[in-house]
Amino acid sequence: MTHQLLFIVFGLICVAGAINLLVQRHPISSALSLVVVMASLALIYLLLGAEFVAAIQVIVYAGAIMVLFVFVIMLLNAGAEERTRGSRIALFIGVPGVIVLAGTVGWLLMAGGSHMGSVSLNSSSGSSSFGDTHAIANLLFRNFLLPFEITSVLILIAIMGAVVLGKKEG
Amino acid sequence: MDTTTFIIIAAIKIALVVFVMLTGVAYTTWLERKLIGRIQNRWGPTRVGPFGLLQPLADGIKFILKEDMIPDNVHKGLFILAPMLALAMSLISIAVIPFGNTITVGGHTTALQISGVTHSGNAISDINIGLLIILGVTSIGVYGVALAGWSSNSKYSLLGSLRASAQMISYELALGLSLVGILLLSGTLSLRGIVESQSGTWFWHVPKWYIFPQFIGFFIYLLAAFAETNRIPFDLPEAETELVAGYHTEYSSMKFAMFFMAEYVNMFTVACLASLLFFGGWHGPTLAFLPPILQSLLPVLWFALKVFFFIFLYIWIRGTLPRFRYDQLMAFGWKFLLPLAIANIIVTSFIVAWRG
Amino acid sequence: MVPLSWYLILSAILFCLGVFGFLLKRNIITIFMSIELMLNAVNLSFVAFANYWNTHAPAGGKIIPLSGHAFVFFVMVVAAAEAAVGLAIIISVFRTRETLNVDRVNLLKL
Repeated sequence: MTHQLLFIVFGLICVAGAINLLVQRHPISSALSLVVVMASLALIYLLLGAEFVAAIQVIVYAGAIMVLFVFVIMLLNAGAEERTRGSRIALFIGVPGVIVLAGTVGWLLMAGGSHMGSVSLNSSSGSSSFGDTHAIANLLFRNFLLPFEITSVLILIAIMGAVVLGKKEG
Repeated sequence: MDTTTFIIIAAIKIALVVFVMLTGVAYTTWLERKLIGRIQNRWGPTRVGPFGLLQPLADGIKFILKEDMIPDNVHKGLFILAPMLALAMSLISIAVIPFGNTITVGGHTTALQISGVTHSGNAISDINIGLLIILGVTSIGVYGVALAGWSSNSKYSLLGSLRASAQMISYELALGLSLVGILLLSGTLSLRGIVESQSGTWFWHVPKWYIFPQFIGFFIYLLAAFAETNRIPFDLPEAETELVAGYHTEYSSMKFAMFFMAEYVNMFTVACLASLLFFGGWHGPTLAFLPPILQSLLPVLWFALKVFFFIFLYIWIRGTLPRFRYDQLMAFGWKFLLPLAIANIIVTSFIVAWRG
Repeated sequence: MVPLSWYLILSAILFCLGVFGFLLKRNIITIFMSIELMLNAVNLSFVAFANYWNTHAPAGGKIIPLSGHAFVFFVMVVAAAEAAVGLAIIISVFRTRETLNVDRVNLLKL
């Protein structure tokens, strides 16, 4: 009961933040709504027992990536969005396509949802160290060592790319 | 214990901690003005009350009674939100800081920590990721500074706030990495667990505090924390208010007071973390002849003494050192502190792996 | 108990809102933020399934329940790298074209 209530509250905050991101004209309001979405997603991760992932979501996503977005919006001093004619293909094929996709997925999940069972607030079944930092670290540094090292090289490439792209000419 | 008792005890703890924290902040301003005055060979505040002790009260009344102006073309929502965000994030970090073990009042046992829960037999369970929560809340605190400058609709405020937030996110890296050495030694992210792993002594009664193996980590942590809280020698974003403008230039009375309080509460958080992680938290000599309730409050006294030492260090350094230029500041953070922190992690992990 | 399908429906809704933002908005930074919203929706699916496999794991040890969390870690790393490079590109485009509206940068000629 408490679990359902908390999920519904934070889920509604997520969806409201996402709709606000679409509706707002000024990019800074969209950026701050996205921060609200990420923070409420972090709380939903806590409901799912993923404590390390929730902390990383706040530190990395809401606290670093979105700060970068807010910086760029402030530096470029982007004003409110102007209305221009968008792409027709996107409007007439994309939007109905997404609605069809969302409707199909939603109907499938609602119809067959009872077969899938439910998630638990991590009290009794399953190991009590689920989502623990030790367990994730073991997984990252043993089973997933190669992807881990490759992502560190990826970040290095991104840093170099950003530095080169950001340099002024001459 | 049942739910209502739990909620009542938690509410009492929160009210007490916030009250003590805000009073501490007010009297830290008094202490700072007195100490800086003495360092600069003058009296500090002496007029209001004996030794100027009622000066924070006078300042508080001044802040409340001053006219609260909102300039015309500001983005009103963000203008009002930014100082509240800064103060709220500072106060949230206090929720995970443990002050001691348990205390038993009137038959109810509770942990001396807002987010600590006691079980039977005086076992306390803490938040598993307490240290990450403090780092996360510090990251969100950058928004308070960035939005304050942008919403003020003034070029100089914007540039000042961009500088300040760039400084804060650069030093967050060195801050986080300096704490990894402690995590390698203690094996847990929970603050209570880190303090518990510092109990005991080595030879000659030297306590097993992490300042001894991790002195480089302590040095990096202190410098990064000084930069995070925008204090001298890293307070160019604030000193700009003396020169041209800074991010809180357009703010008056209560909102400015909120920024001011947020800075001092951040100082307190840094001091509490430094004493928890490097100086053994509430461990100190226990005096067995005291009654039980005073015995459970004695660790709080040791903790408070260590925190006071760090606040004194903050004020002492403010009175002594000049401030960095902005390019020197950023070069120091990226080119010196970050490689040093990584080297600290490498050396610590080698030693931990070698000792099996 | 919250059924797993509720988490997946929330993830689908967030993803679709991200796609709408990508298709309908004209400011390039907002389009980029819609991409981040899509990545977050996918992260939610990963974490929900990680919890689900923890309690309903099939026998045989073929599914590691915590691999969902490890994948979220990788998605966040890739999102950070992409945000850094993407914003650098946006700044370069802004320096030459003086506009952030995608409809005005649709020709190679300045």
